[in-house]
Amino acid sequence: MTEHAGFLTRREFVKILGPGLYILVSAQDFLSGQAPKGFGRGYPEDFNAYLRIAEDGRVTCYSGKVELGQGITASLAQMLAEELEVPYESVSMVLGDTKLCPWDPGTNGSRSIKYFGPALRAAAAEAREVLIQLASEHLRVPAERLIAENGFVFQRDNPGNKVDYGSLAKGKTIERHLETKPPLKAASAFQVCGKSLPRADFQDKVTGKAQFAGDIRLPEMLYGKVFRPPAHGAKLKRVDVSAVKRIKGARVLQEKDFVGVVHPLPDVAEKAIALIKADYELPEATINDGNVHEYIIKTPARDSVVEEKGDLKEGRSRAVVTFEETYRTPYVAHAPTETHTAVVHVEGDTATAWIGTQRPFGADAEIARAIGISDDRVRVITPFVGGGFGGKSQVGQAVQAARLSKLSGHPVQVTWSREEEFFYDTFQPAAVVRISSGLDKSNRIAFWDYHVFFAGDRSSQNIYDVPNVRTTSRGSGFGGGGPHPFPTGAWRGPGSNTNIFSRESHIDIMAAKAEMDPLEFRCLNLADQRMLRVIDAAAARFGWKPAKGPSGQGRAMVCLDYLGTYVAAMAGIRVDKDSRIKVERVVCAVDMGPVINPEGARLQIEGSVIMGLGYCLTEEMHFRGGAVQDIDFGSYSIPRFSWVPEIEPVLVENLESAPSGCGEPPIVGMGALLANALFDATGARVTQLPLTPARIRQAKA
Amino acid sequence: MEQKIQFTLNDRPVTVTTDGERALLWVLRTDLGLTGAKYGCGQSQCGTCTVIVNNEAIRSCNYPVKNVAGKRVLTIEGLALNGRLHPLQKAFMEHGAVQCGFCTPGMILNSYSLLLKNPTPSREQVVKSMEYNLCRCGSYSRVERAVLAAAAEMKGGEA
Repeated sequence: MTEHAGFLTRREFVKILGPGLYILVSAQDFLSGQAPKGFGRGYPEDFNAYLRIAEDGRVTCYSGKVELGQGITASLAQMLAEELEVPYESVSMVLGDTKLCPWDPGTNGSRSIKYFGPALRAAAAEAREVLIQLASEHLRVPAERLIAENGFVFQRDNPGNKVDYGSLAKGKTIERHLETKPPLKAASAFQVCGKSLPRADFQDKVTGKAQFAGDIRLPEMLYGKVFRPPAHGAKLKRVDVSAVKRIKGARVLQEKDFVGVVHPLPDVAEKAIALIKADYELPEATINDGNVHEYIIKTPARDSVVEEKGDLKEGRSRAVVTFEETYRTPYVAHAPTETHTAVVHVEGDTATAWIGTQRPFGADAEIARAIGISDDRVRVITPFVGGGFGGKSQVGQAVQAARLSKLSGHPVQVTWSREEEFFYDTFQPAAVVRISSGLDKSNRIAFWDYHVFFAGDRSSQNIYDVPNVRTTSRGSGFGGGGPHPFPTGAWRGPGSNTNIFSRESHIDIMAAKAEMDPLEFRCLNLADQRMLRVIDAAAARFGWKPAKGPSGQGRAMVCLDYLGTYVAAMAGIRVDKDSRIKVERVVCAVDMGPVINPEGARLQIEGSVIMGLGYCLTEEMHFRGGAVQDIDFGSYSIPRFSWVPEIEPVLVENLESAPSGCGEPPIVGMGALLANALFDATGARVTQLPLTPARIRQAKA
Repeated sequence: MEQKIQFTLNDRPVTVTTDGERALLWVLRTDLGLTGAKYGCGQSQCGTCTVIVNNEAIRSCNYPVKNVAGKRVLTIEGLALNGRLHPLQKAFMEHGAVQCGFCTPGMILNSYSLLLKNPTPSREQVVKSMEYNLCRCGSYSRVERAVLAAAAEMKGGEA
């Protein structure tokens, strides 16, 4: 395949900006919640980077985003079709191919619609206007008298005089560009966006045709397995690979401490790796899931001030009642149904990689570094990804496959076993939040002193109308280090799951002490009109009736703002005699600005609520030092069919704001929602996730 | 031990010569090139590898290939007849019972075996029979809806 003419290749970028450029851009930066322009590389200006119109009128849309199940296949095609004025059905997507697609920081942080969307729409709008100019010359009619619609340019007063896009573009790069970029359509004028158009990937997914990385087959391809230590931090002392000889066709590949096996069959490769014996030096295992939160509090790191206003001392002096509370959250696994999988083919100084990844740009550089070739010689192709949730921003499996491919001279596929998936996962970090707050005599929050330890600062900002506020964040949630015995990373709503669990639990505690209905208490302390509207929408659907907590009904609410998307959720639960929570109903109202694909948004809300049940009720990684103890779905329990409540998504209409994301906002409130409902049902307040029967019994006692 | 194993795969006779103790999943995915059944856990805990053997849903990751000798195996690739989607496939699409799609073949085939045994299941029966098929994206309520819709569409007829 040939390079696209119209936009900068990586090599050209490096030429312009210097070779050290993206070595300086670490995974942490990618995940830090900044808009893409902050990364040193931005989205390209040239519209040809995003789209190509074939002679038959079919449009190919190129994006560095990937399809993880979130439905970006549909919503990007809709945004392109909307601005370009072509039928939705005429758009095909090419996603996550580093050779064909414009650079992208990765599919995470609910940022695709919010940040890539405007770049894609701008490209499509410019292409449309250029096509009108080309048509004007072709039809010999002034551009002002032409209109673009449905893949054609028409003469307004003589619709028979027209030319189709395919005849104008002919599948080529369009050299002409506009000095003044055309404005984007107002959401109120949307015709393709805002509709629940079907997803092109569904048909292949129900027939088994959809290809994931593990379904890629190359001639001479071998299946690889890499020998794994028993714990993070273990040092290899001695390894004995002699028993592998017993397996016909198995090859051992070794490079210092890296020991792997390849075989033409995946199951036999797995059998072969199990025959390797080794001695390790294990670090002392002092930290475990029982004491980790003490370590987190004790680990020194710099506090960064997230926000500061007013004067806490002044606030304290006005408070008639004060609150001090500590909240704790555990390590949580991503556990995507598809384990990390990659196929890498190294040929001399080039490599082609098929990776189930959220970060094709970035994976290329990691592969290049691992096998000592230059970054621009690696092409990453992203097939369908079997769930990511943040965990597939890491590409350790692709690095393994690349090394095995280089050492064996064959293309190599690596599929992590479920045990490896749990072991190598970059967990949501265990974290602690301490909040100190106070109410004045009219039940207004007088001060808010908030400290988060090692979760990251996303959603740590106070959203209530409080005059005296300080929020600090210590350490990072990403990359491990600090108190963490293994790597940690972004987990659907990184940082926010911990921060919103803490804040919205604390708000509920204050409401109860004030003897106020939790909704009325929030409304009294909120000034943000948009938030109040979202709460109204949730309350209307839920049928909320004011009562101070604990009301015995087992109902509760939360509200939050996640990177510009507003959520208000309400739930009804039951607590059985064994102190187990059964969630019966969840209403989740979301204001994400103009909704691109309402059905897609509803699926994200439902999926978030269901996935959220896991981290709130059962999911908690057990470990001793660097040894991960939950290695299968037997002991690490994720949500199942019987857990599922009635879920009622409410899409709050808002055509005024810019479109924003919906993949994470609905999950991050789930912890406090269920903890608050537990309190409302029983009077027991649990400040540590997950809300297990043991913790509930302890809180009741 | 290598052995010759003959069975019917998606209505066609096939013969494989391999170690009979190997899991059916890997023989399907590698020797026979049918990648619709997925590896999810290797321990029969997640259901992504589900295929149908003599009308029963089985977990192919833990099912020795020698056990299919002389039997009929149906995988997701064989469910649509002459390009005509099965009502379950159509219902999964219509009801948005798909997100990442990795668990989907297993979900569809597990519900297919349910409808063979019980063409008019209640919602509770759907939940009970699907309980051990895992979906991390959280599409359970849509799957439930799709299975009930397909059952209604099939009016209790042959799956």
